[in-house]
Amino acid sequence: MTMQNDAYNFAYLDEQTKRMIRRAILKGLAIPGYQVPFASREMPMPYGWGTGGVQVSAAVLTPEDTFKVIDQGADDTTNAVSIRTFFERTAGVATTTTTRNATVIQTRHRIPEEPLTEGQILVYQVPIPEPLRFLEPRESETRKMHSLEEYGLMHVKLYEDIARHGHIATSYAYPVKVEGRYVMDPSPIPKFDNPKLGNMAAIQLFGAGREQRIYALPPYTQVVSLDFEDHPFVASKADHPCGMCGAEDSYLDEVIIDDAGGRMFVCSDTDYCEGRQTAGHKGKDAA
Amino acid sequence: MQADTLSGGFSDPARQSAHAFRSVREALGRPGTIQDISGARPPAPLSSAAGAALLTLCDTETPVYLAGNHDCDAVRAWLAFHTGAPPTGPTDCMFAIGTWAALGPLSAYPIGTSEYPDRAATLIVECPSLTTAGATLTGPGIQTSAALSLPELTAFQSNHALFPLGLDFIFTSGTRLAALPRSTVVTQEGAF
Ligand SMILES: [Zn+2]
Repeated sequence: MTMQNDAYNFAYLDEQTKRMIRRAILKGLAIPGYQVPFASREMPMPYGWGTGGVQVSAAVLTPEDTFKVIDQGADDTTNAVSIRTFFERTAGVATTTTTRNATVIQTRHRIPEEPLTEGQILVYQVPIPEPLRFLEPRESETRKMHSLEEYGLMHVKLYEDIARHGHIATSYAYPVKVEGRYVMDPSPIPKFDNPKLGNMAAIQLFGAGREQRIYALPPYTQVVSLDFEDHPFVASKADHPCGMCGAEDSYLDEVIIDDAGGRMFVCSDTDYCEGRQTAGHKGKDAA
Repeated sequence: MQADTLSGGFSDPARQSAHAFRSVREALGRPGTIQDISGARPPAPLSSAAGAALLTLCDTETPVYLAGNHDCDAVRAWLAFHTGAPPTGPTDCMFAIGTWAALGPLSAYPIGTSEYPDRAATLIVECPSLTTAGATLTGPGIQTSAALSLPELTAFQSNHALFPLGLDFIFTSGTRLAALPRSTVVTQEGAF
């Protein structure tokens, strides 16, 4: 019977809330890039910790899943550990830090370096889902702009970047157009990650808790970063190999390594970096 | 109230609906794939797959239209008991269930509004069988192309022409299901 009062809710949320979120996810998949409103619930963690992503994860997890959480590429930040522990306790799921072993990956601000596969789901924590928000603060107006495909102002903003800096200065949350229709905020991932959004084998789900929006990219969806013919989009990164594993194709963080101001560049994706080091790859700063 | 009204729901709702949702989500996210879905034993003519989908997605917030033979005492009582979904007509339903012949005409259903295209109905179409052969599907969720046994072509082509508005379809047969979101381009077999 469905009316029973479970003392223990699988994945924390009550069934009615999960149904509401699941319906929003299905509509999101049917209209790629469109922000579906949902009634976000209070979660036992602060908003900045990704309550939107947590609610989406709670709605998609099954007991057999293996769950991974990354925060800016790392599995071991307070935020990542706290969310991972939350689902170990409430859903009893297995957890992992290894990208290829995970079936559901919740992420804040990165896409893993290792290409995802058809058996995987990537859940993004989104702070501000509306790509037009900084041009127009009123929700009623941005909704109208999306409905009319009125995206000219967005291009004007990017072009002002070019006029001022000689290139498009936006380097995070770089806006994309989905299947030639909706302009979408990919969450504050570095623009280096933008090319991975399109044609991905995994399902991508985006949850914004405070703003109460869910949106989605089905697998193999066409996603194009906005640009101009004379200033094409470039997925830039620091022009160095990783100091630890020597990778030349990964997104790097610059870290300070001693009191004398010494620095090195190291993969932001810690699982990717460790995997390469285990396989014998060595960067110039590796011990 | 009959005994079979009380039975045939999920015995472990949280876990069974999590599995059932995975099947529906995979079907809708990857049009043309056929997914297994189990756990429900609803009264005839409701299929097990359609029953599981309704248990997973419907509640007091989702008006449901029962079309044709699905609008019978046994199904009405079962749905009311297990989901609480209010019965309604096609014009203001969120979900509709029936055979393809009984569900028409599609013009009766809400297709969303330009500012809220998500406010559109999902039609659950009971099919005698489901195979990955027939109409050619392309679009989001499909790497190159897929094939699915659709009850016809033109209705789905007209529906896609409404994008981003439009209806979304779930096809059920026994304990299997497939889906066709409004984003999918449908062409004649072999046309791709
Ligand atoms: Zn590295």
